[in-house]
Amino acid sequence: MKLWFKSGSPWVWMTAGAVSVSLISVIGLLLLIASRGLTYFWPADIHQFEITTQAGVSKTIIGEIYEKEQVPTQQLVESGVLFKETQGETVERLLIKTGNREYVDLDFQWLLTTYIQQESTPTGLAVFERSKNGNFYGYLDSIIQDGKVVTENKNQLLAELIERAVELNDKALDLQNGEIGAINYEFERLRLKQRKHELEGDLTEQVKLEIEAQRDALQAEYLTYEKELFEYRNLAKRDSVIIKDMRGELVTIQLNYILDVIFPNDMSTIEKLGQFGKQIGKFIVNDPREANTEGGVFPAIFGTVFMVMLMAVIVTPFGVIAAVYLHEYAGNSAITKIIRISVINLAGVPSIVYGVFGLGFFVYMFGGSIDQLFYPEALPGPTFGTPGMLWSALTLAILTLPVVIVSTEEGLSRIPGSLRQGSLALGATKAETLWRIVIPMASPAIMTGLILAVARAAGEVAPLMLVGVVKMAPTLPLDGNFPFVHLDRKFMHLGFHIYDVGFQSPNVEAARPLVYATSFLLVTVIVALNITAIGIRNHLREKYKALDH
Amino acid sequence: MSSTSDNALKTESTRLLKDKVAKYGVTAGGIMVLCALLLIFFYLLYIVKPVFNAAEIESVTNIDELTQIYASVAVEEQNEIAFALTEKGLVDFYALTGNKAGQLILSEKIPAVSEITAFDASAPQKGLYGYINQQSELLIIKPDFRVTFPDDKRQLLPYISYPFGESTISLEADSLFTINKFSFATNEESIGLIHQHSDSKIYFTKLEGEENMFSEEIEWTANSTELTQISGNILHTLVSPDLSRAFIITTNQLYVFNTRDSSDVSLLYNVNLIANLNSNIQVTAANLLAGANSVIVGFSNGVLEQWFETNSDQGRDFVKVRQFELSGDAKGSSVQAIYPEFYRRTFLAATESGHINLFHTTSEAELWQGKLADGKIDSLAFSPRSNAVISIANNTLNISKVENEHPEVTWSGLWQEVWYEGYPEADYVWQSSSASDDFESKFSLVPISFGTLKAAMYAMLFAVPIGLSAAIYTAYFMAPNVRKFVKPTVEIMEALPTVILGFLAGLWLAPVIEDHLPGVVLLLILLPITIILTAFAWHNLPAKIKNTVPQGWDSIILLPVVVIVSYMAFSLSPLVEEWLFDGNTRLYITNELGINFDQRNSLIVGIAMGFAVIPTIFSIAEDAVFSVPKTLSNGSLALGATQWQTLVKVVLLTASPGIFSAVMMGLGRAVGETMIVLMATGNTPIMDWSIFEGMRTLSANIAVEMPESEVGSSHYRILFLAAFVLFIFTFVVNTIAEFVRQRLREKYSSL
Repeated sequence: MKLWFKSGSPWVWMTAGAVSVSLISVIGLLLLIASRGLTYFWPADIHQFEITTQAGVSKTIIGEIYEKEQVPTQQLVESGVLFKETQGETVERLLIKTGNREYVDLDFQWLLTTYIQQESTPTGLAVFERSKNGNFYGYLDSIIQDGKVVTENKNQLLAELIERAVELNDKALDLQNGEIGAINYEFERLRLKQRKHELEGDLTEQVKLEIEAQRDALQAEYLTYEKELFEYRNLAKRDSVIIKDMRGELVTIQLNYILDVIFPNDMSTIEKLGQFGKQIGKFIVNDPREANTEGGVFPAIFGTVFMVMLMAVIVTPFGVIAAVYLHEYAGNSAITKIIRISVINLAGVPSIVYGVFGLGFFVYMFGGSIDQLFYPEALPGPTFGTPGMLWSALTLAILTLPVVIVSTEEGLSRIPGSLRQGSLALGATKAETLWRIVIPMASPAIMTGLILAVARAAGEVAPLMLVGVVKMAPTLPLDGNFPFVHLDRKFMHLGFHIYDVGFQSPNVEAARPLVYATSFLLVTVIVALNITAIGIRNHLREKYKALDH
Repeated sequence: MSSTSDNALKTESTRLLKDKVAKYGVTAGGIMVLCALLLIFFYLLYIVKPVFNAAEIESVTNIDELTQIYASVAVEEQNEIAFALTEKGLVDFYALTGNKAGQLILSEKIPAVSEITAFDASAPQKGLYGYINQQSELLIIKPDFRVTFPDDKRQLLPYISYPFGESTISLEADSLFTINKFSFATNEESIGLIHQHSDSKIYFTKLEGEENMFSEEIEWTANSTELTQISGNILHTLVSPDLSRAFIITTNQLYVFNTRDSSDVSLLYNVNLIANLNSNIQVTAANLLAGANSVIVGFSNGVLEQWFETNSDQGRDFVKVRQFELSGDAKGSSVQAIYPEFYRRTFLAATESGHINLFHTTSEAELWQGKLADGKIDSLAFSPRSNAVISIANNTLNISKVENEHPEVTWSGLWQEVWYEGYPEADYVWQSSSASDDFESKFSLVPISFGTLKAAMYAMLFAVPIGLSAAIYTAYFMAPNVRKFVKPTVEIMEALPTVILGFLAGLWLAPVIEDHLPGVVLLLILLPITIILTAFAWHNLPAKIKNTVPQGWDSIILLPVVVIVSYMAFSLSPLVEEWLFDGNTRLYITNELGINFDQRNSLIVGIAMGFAVIPTIFSIAEDAVFSVPKTLSNGSLALGATQWQTLVKVVLLTASPGIFSAVMMGLGRAVGETMIVLMATGNTPIMDWSIFEGMRTLSANIAVEMPESEVGSSHYRILFLAAFVLFIFTFVVNTIAEFVRQRLREKYSSL
């Protein structure tokens, strides 16, 4: 034993243990996010509990089981809970999501299992996904179609009617965001045009009349669309549904607030799987609702992707040029050493410092000057002098510059010198050698760098909080209004969405599954990008190893 | 023929030209990286620098040969119109800009009914002036301005408003003796006055107005108390703007009365301002600072003292906090008057000869000293935005521009203890903003820097042992096929967005650890023990079984062990809790041990940020250990050393600079990390090493406060300074790490 200790073998095992701990924490973390994120989409069974509380009141609770935990009996007894029978060390407690937010005090309830008299998952229990006030749970009683009460074949009819209402709502929404949005945008442009003429001192009567005429035309157009909009909305309001909730009361809900209905207790696993896929799809393509705590994350995905692409366009040329300089042109001089240290330092500077720099330099100084030169008509309202898409992309471009440089340089250093010498010997200039031989060969390395940069930028939040991300952006940075790409706009971002919904939302409990789902989405994207980058890099290493010998 | 060769030459020269262009272009691109770093450095510096700029006062215009003797002077917010008041109730407005500059534009006499006997100005931010007539009736006026736009041009029209009615308010005092001196303060519906009568008696009176239901007129009731405790020659009286305190300053004493309840006015403090009564030093001036918590007292020897009320466990006290001394030519001469700013803690002290000294109390700084006029200054006031002072001396009205943007910030104030108003002692405090205008900002970078280091320390405590051990094992002992899988996994760990780590730490880990605190401690103890036991068990296994698993798979063997031990530790947690901590560890810690327990505490930050730092340390240290030439370790092994001895005595020693740089890089990352600390702590700027309490770090502080700070304000610049501090810190750390690494690389290349 002593000898064994002396050999140092236990310490080797300890270091091995450190590796195990790291591996378990990484894998555990990924599994945790995946399981929590994916269960969000799974149509869970709806339970019905008949309970008798301590005061002897019997009631029914209907809802999804959200969480289970063990509570020490001692603690419960101290807080005033009385048990009829003796209990073990701990008692199980359930967190039930009961929904029906407008009819109950809290849409989440803790329930001690000792109170439960009977538990079942009866068929016919429906979950109504609503555009307001979260889910509604209850039994479908009857449907009011166009003023007439229908009780036969109601499940199928309900599905049809909901589809109709959703379609009408979508049409109304499209009209509002599309045509009406465009008119509002035009109005604003006209106002700015008038102001511009005013500032330049050439606002003649004629110009004024012209603008006025355009405004009138827009107004007329607006009125017709508005009429159409109200028509759609009225049509959508036609039907409603009567539901029996857990208090046993009948509740009437207009169908235009209902987005979907499912009967999870009646579904087979295959059907549930289908519903699961449908929910994931909805999560990706829908807009968020109810202060981001419900609905999808489409604008956040769009904002993230758009910003990252813009950043990639900015960072690639600069990163590649810097790497080419360091590896191909610079000798081993003092300047090169300083530049190398700069690259390392740029990589090490905390991201929040980039945010501060971006806010001060890009937004206030640069953006402020742009506003004064090119958008004086909008002042004092800022156009570019406020956090936005362009500044975020630029800030992250500086942040990820070192990633591209390091990766590209590594790629360049793996290209055998013989290839360059061969090209030069055939009479090509250095620039031609670079352009025709070296860069094409290094392109996978550049790609790797770019992918890593994109992965880094997609997950970075701290600087974006200062230079352009908002919790709710009314418009996307890309739309049908001239000039189509609006780089001055603020945008939503997946990472910030996680922070905002998880920490700033009024109903954290209700929002938590959504945060897990968003995290899962973000982690999936980033891990996939990284694995691709690592794969390309390893492949490249093997390839050039073969070339070298 | 010649044309082709021409063409060839031409293409040749264009090719060369292109080559040259490419060369310079690429070089410029390379240098640009350096420029980017320098740009960040200098831009941050450029924003920060004005904070430390000295104040500047510069005379702009004079209006000569005033016909009246004015008792008080002031200027409106835009510095466009000045107004001066005489003791007898005349208010004159002078234009300072525009085509009427220097002219008297309005002169108005107030309706005081009879002979005015006393005059006083309120605290500057109220802008009120009070007159008392022979019948002991009070009239309060406010010179005001109306903005009009005749012909689309902005124009200011001065007028006099009467916030407490145009008719005089009776003090209901003994009409035998007239009032010859008074001071007052007002709030919404009441007025507090200290008045001295010609029989040298002194009273505190509170006037309270109430609207009469029928006539809709305001009826005033007066409630007077004679202040009898005063001895000596009264020099100055002051009423605090919330009417809760009255101050009376004699030539050597300071009396503070509690006047919150007008029917029960009592003496709170009576302090001797002159320690040595035999010296011929006297109190010569006194005034309230903005915010009205501090009294500044000036002495005949050129010393100024700041006094305020403190509130501590030992009760309330009125204490001298700090002192200032006139400097330059004014050194040692008597302080004639003290003028406070509107909202900040800056004040100006003037001497008989017209020298002025500008001080700021919080930063204990003398900001400027010089002369505005020859001879005694009759009256002086700051402009509301503190960007000008207006003064009257020698029948001349002078406007001077003041550049004093950031008086509250000094380098020492940022890093040393400062005694803030109302605090029982000097302390490090970060409290940047509040709802009120005259709030004393508390900018001490110490608590947030402390928080940064604390967070980094706990993270490093967690990350360094695990990161380094894992790196050593992976680089030195691990089988290559396992390594191929382990390295990318850890690299993935590095790529995980910190916002996700922070979110999990704050919303998942924090409650889990709170519930299973004994489990965590248990895990820390059990894990090493079980690992060693497993190792011993494995060591004693028959060789047959051992040989089925190749060498360097130890960590894979340990995987299930770690999982089982963690599960056990956590499921044993409630039992241990029951057994040792009365069933609730959290309560036990707060009640029995008396330690504050935050759910989001340093332990959580340590684990979460440690998790973010492990991959940084791991990958650099792993590289360093792996690149130690095999010849060295093989030599050692050949001489009979065991694997472990070779590792400790040869490999680690050679790789130590690389390991050092790994730890430094990790530290740099931990110090700058924002999202994890933002989400996993309570973000309270406290200074305490306790593992169960949170902290606020520099980076989180920037993220929280930057969006709300006003561009160009001291707060904004100090946040930039915080960023600059982070920048410099990580710069130094990274540069050292990189230097060490490069040295190491050169050393190996020769081996």
